[in-house]
Amino acid sequence: MTTRVIDLATEGVRGLNAALHADKAHKHWQVLNPAGLHSIAVGIDAPTTVEIDGHVGYYCAGMNKHASVTVKGNAGVGVAENMMSGRVHVLGDASQAAGATAHGGSLIIDGNASARCGISMKGVDILVKGNIGHMSAFMAQAGTLTVLGNAGDALGDSIYEAKIFVRGTVAGLGADCIEKEMRDEHKALLFGRLKAAGLDGQVDVGEFRRYGSARKLYNFTTDNLDAY
Amino acid sequence: MSSYHNPHTFPRKSAAFDDYALSEIRRAAATGLYDIRGGGAKRKVPHLDDLLFLGASMSRYPLEGYREKCGTNVILGDRFAKKPIELKIPVTIAGMSFGSLSAEAKEALGRGASAMGTSTTTGDGGMTPEERGHSSILVYQYLPSRYGMNPDDLRKADAIEVVVGQGAKPGGGGMLLGQKISERVAEMRCLPQGIDQRSACRHPDWTGPDDLEIKIEELREITDWQKPIYVKIGAARPYYDTALAVKAGADVVVLDGMQGGTAATQEVFIEHVGLPLLAAIRPAVQALQDLGMHRKVQLIVSGGIRNGADVAKCLALGADAVSIGTAALVALGDNDPVHETEYRTLGTTAGAYDDWHEGRDPAGITTQDPMLAKRLDPVLAGRRLANYLAVLALEAQTIARACGKSHVHNLEPEDLVALTVEAAAMAKVPLAGTDWIPGNESRGRGPY
Repeated sequence: MTTRVIDLATEGVRGLNAALHADKAHKHWQVLNPAGLHSIAVGIDAPTTVEIDGHVGYYCAGMNKHASVTVKGNAGVGVAENMMSGRVHVLGDASQAAGATAHGGSLIIDGNASARCGISMKGVDILVKGNIGHMSAFMAQAGTLTVLGNAGDALGDSIYEAKIFVRGTVAGLGADCIEKEMRDEHKALLFGRLKAAGLDGQVDVGEFRRYGSARKLYNFTTDNLDAY
Repeated sequence: MSSYHNPHTFPRKSAAFDDYALSEIRRAAATGLYDIRGGGAKRKVPHLDDLLFLGASMSRYPLEGYREKCGTNVILGDRFAKKPIELKIPVTIAGMSFGSLSAEAKEALGRGASAMGTSTTTGDGGMTPEERGHSSILVYQYLPSRYGMNPDDLRKADAIEVVVGQGAKPGGGGMLLGQKISERVAEMRCLPQGIDQRSACRHPDWTGPDDLEIKIEELREITDWQKPIYVKIGAARPYYDTALAVKAGADVVVLDGMQGGTAATQEVFIEHVGLPLLAAIRPAVQALQDLGMHRKVQLIVSGGIRNGADVAKCLALGADAVSIGTAALVALGDNDPVHETEYRTLGTTAGAYDDWHEGRDPAGITTQDPMLAKRLDPVLAGRRLANYLAVLALEAQTIARACGKSHVHNLEPEDLVALTVEAAAMAKVPLAGTDWIPGNESRGRGPY
């Protein structure tokens, strides 16, 4: 398998994205000198692999479909935002809104993720090996957010049907988010997510707590005013 | 013996505590909930009706009304997009979601707009195949909720509209109550059926105009710089908001006044937040002019547009096109007196029905009830909309010709006067019969 190398210092983000969109048959790409540029490898619609050698700016791998994108560095705001499928792996830390509104696929962050991780997520599976910031999983609709470290304040505020697993501490829960029983089905689900991230056998699902929606705010009534 | 009674004064109701205010106090006391409704501001505010065209006379030369050409086309999005849009008429259909409207209504909007060579717009909830299929030019809204947002539909769209706000509720999010969440609507939005669906008031992955610039760049990259990108704002601080939208890279700015409708929000929000359209157009145009971008970044305005005179007045004030929502629904059949008996059953009357969020629309437009939705024939309703759009264009042309203009875009503020001091100040045109433009004496406060 040949690797097509794109140097952003010479070809720019437009050159990269245009090539990724036009040459869907090519299976492996390497991106050099990302230098924190924004919108790197966005809108891919092919089962290809992309390795980015360095730090990326906003929205890396945004709206990804099918592709496997690896960031060998840190990621800026909104990495893998609105991803539909595929896999995005950040070897460093991620800024806020990682995996925002993503419908599918998996997002793995080896380091920490900042505020609003998984905001409005719609089916993606996010796994953060470090900690996550405040307001994570805000209005999260579907999918899983797995955190091996700690979670910041207002976790899962106004959450819908997404499932949150946290191994460490939670600074505070948001409106309508509660701790829930960790039944066998949830342990099996979590195990699957850990296995997909290559962590099976390394992390015990029994160390996690599950959080989700109390479903008390699903239909607005005046009796819930204190919840807001 | 004659008896004398002191005469009573005539019963007088309070101007402040009028019948509506009293009924709202009683309703609030009974329910403990704020009132939610659809539509835009109903209160009387300074309006386009407060302006008049001068027409041609000795000093202006008119065009022959039925013969001489008066262009109505408009090109949108030629600042950055490889594929700008050309509309045959300067009237577009505003964003309204599948969910708030039935699939039949969305189809009818597409049919009507396409017949007249103009665009329609998706809404919160994504793009349906029917809507794409029946809309020759379709603008895809990019909203905070991102319900139904996906790159395939993004690429199918003819333009992308990043929604920052809307006139009915600047600073507010959306709400689609559970009774309208059918199985299909729920599936498109990745949420359970029957629950209230809140749409966030802020975008999840950007904050402020500097971030928006990066977001717009991402959308351009995903779509290979082909699609025009609009930024829609509710009328609040139109000078600065327009300037910042331009700075963020918008091809088109959409400015929505407080008369612009919504599917559902709090009555107090609709009536008490935001500016009337009349007050918003000139500051937005001023921002474009100050940046040297007038006619380069196009301005679409909306909120209470009803007839060709409204269209012509907006264009004369500097807009490139207008957008209609409520009027388009009325053209389809919304609030038609033919359903009066059913409106009465719902506790309202034709022309006042605004409980669109309840999904019980007798006209079958603002509903997801299959039996009600069937009442609307998309072909017939689309024809009505096309007819209405044609009249808007014809009326705007009629006025433009009377002012001696060979294209509706040649209308200008100089063609207008105002009937009230307020309208003169807001539209920055002279009070009728005078050369007085209130506010022109002092530039102390500057634009807002």
